[in-house]
Amino acid sequence: MIDLDLFREIFQSLNKNKLRSLLSGFTVAFAIMLFTILFGIANGFQNTFNNEFNGDANNSIFIYSGRTTKAVEGYQTGRKIQFDNQLYKTLKEEFSDDIEFITGRVYKNVTASFGNEKSNYSVRAVNPDHQFIEKSEMKYGRFINPLDLKNNTKNIVIGNLVVEDLFGDIDPIGKYIDLNKIKFKVVGVFVERTEGSDSNEARVIYMPISTAQKIYGNNDYIDQINLTYDPAFSEQEAIIFGNRLVDKIKDVFFVAENDQSAVRARNRARENQEITQFNAILAILVLIIGMGTLVAGVVGISNIMIFIVKERTKEIGIRKALGAQPRSIILLIILESIFITAIAGYIGLLLGGVVLNSFDLEDYWITDPGVSTSLVLAATVTLVIAGTLAGYIPAKRAASIKPIVALRDE
Amino acid sequence: MLKINKLHKSYKMGDSSLHVLKGIDLHVDKGEMVAIMGSSGSGKSTLLNIIGILDELDSGEYTLDGIEIKDLTEKKAAQYRNKFLGFVFQSFNLINFKNALENVALPLYYQGLKRKERQKKAMFHLEKVGLADWSKHLPNELSGGQKQRVAIARALAAEPKLLLADEPTGALDSATSHEIMQFLQQLNDEGKTILIVTHEEDISLMCKRIVRLKDGVIMEDKKVKQNRLI
Repeated sequence: MIDLDLFREIFQSLNKNKLRSLLSGFTVAFAIMLFTILFGIANGFQNTFNNEFNGDANNSIFIYSGRTTKAVEGYQTGRKIQFDNQLYKTLKEEFSDDIEFITGRVYKNVTASFGNEKSNYSVRAVNPDHQFIEKSEMKYGRFINPLDLKNNTKNIVIGNLVVEDLFGDIDPIGKYIDLNKIKFKVVGVFVERTEGSDSNEARVIYMPISTAQKIYGNNDYIDQINLTYDPAFSEQEAIIFGNRLVDKIKDVFFVAENDQSAVRARNRARENQEITQFNAILAILVLIIGMGTLVAGVVGISNIMIFIVKERTKEIGIRKALGAQPRSIILLIILESIFITAIAGYIGLLLGGVVLNSFDLEDYWITDPGVSTSLVLAATVTLVIAGTLAGYIPAKRAASIKPIVALRDE
Repeated sequence: MLKINKLHKSYKMGDSSLHVLKGIDLHVDKGEMVAIMGSSGSGKSTLLNIIGILDELDSGEYTLDGIEIKDLTEKKAAQYRNKFLGFVFQSFNLINFKNALENVALPLYYQGLKRKERQKKAMFHLEKVGLADWSKHLPNELSGGQKQRVAIARALAAEPKLLLADEPTGALDSATSHEIMQFLQQLNDEGKTILIVTHEEDISLMCKRIVRLKDGVIMEDKKVKQNRLI
């Protein structure tokens, strides 16, 4: 029943009724274009939002210390809480099942020089795990390793902008630079994922934490502890885990439970929760508006199909008088509807894509707006189904018109 | 060829019903050329529509070529129309976005013929009505007489047993009317059974038999001497 001849019929009818075809196509194309643009912009928003937080592993917890604000068990307020290797060890052992990676951080500002080049940088003295928490990508060489830690080596890993500043085109691996007049050997160069948005991250120098503790203070102090939790944790579990960590540390240092300042944690799970909520609200909004647009398109094509059938009543009557069976009338109209919907829908998608790509929207918090292939497919399928439905009801009615009534129609 | 017994048909008009055909008995043999006459409202078009399986009868019997036409599904009705009947209408009823050849080929499409075959057959019938040179023209590029000849070619394309013409000359001037009637006579000579609904006396006299309808009953049914145009 569906053969080349039928398509010839449809193509002829579309071709000979150009205005009608164009009008109905335009409705669908316009609806799909709006739909695409809308989804694209929403995706762009999400991309921007996600990018802003992409510098670190998304299951990280950063723990800072401060001064106590509540007196407890004979301790005065204003006592400074100082993390140290003992705490690092305790956390690592006690929460070994829940912690994925963990590192201490010691901060130090240094003046670095190589040859005639000289500049100020911040040093982060860390454990080897740090690489995975900060998502640093190695460009050359290696990151700080356990052997460095054990031997208090004077090996450092530098950011790609440090290389640009100090070395220019010279290969830095194996070279020595002075940090506050002490020589350190460059063993690796890293690049930051959030390159550009935060150039400070690419001007960091990493060294073994044990080395820094020895050189800069001859103590075992740690300024900050960063860790990532078991990625299998749900957001809720992660938040609970974060609280357990903080409670443990407060316990160790005799800090009041309700002291918000002495031990603080920044838990990505909380931020993730906010992002998830933001995305969910955005998704719902987009869904409502998007569906509204689609529904408008479907209603539009339904109206046009009803109009088309009305206009073609006489033709349908002639066809029936000549021996057309109801089935062939229904197929003729439905396939025409599907044909218009599919083609116009595709054009709408393309137009939407063109519109999204032709404007630079970075300034408006929209990054890489676009729609996924699966969404495009889903929208197309929805449209074809809608086209079928939109065509079916009027087609069914047309097919059941008595030929004599149809023929009388002028 | 065609047998009608005690045919009744009425139309619902709101609350009341209009009794249009009140017991028609009509027998037409193969090779006849019959004019169905009557003023407007006499029921002649309704009769033609029922004969053409475009409309359904209320009661009575209708047998076409030995097959009883009763309670047909839309599909069956379409098949019978395609196989048995060729229609010629007063207003031609050509599909305006199809050229002459495509119009003539349409019933063959519904017969399920291959495209090549359709075009060959359609061309043959266009030649027969003398419009081979106009095969690529759209209906609005043709004169009234030409349109009606295309319509006749279309009606003949499926090689029906019965040709039904509803006021075939109603929209034509008298010269063109004669031309069309001459062609119908020629077809009848070749053995085609033809039924023509008309209200024009001179047209009816070009047929071999006249059936006069008035108020839904047959007033008169007589053989006449055909006014030959050939």
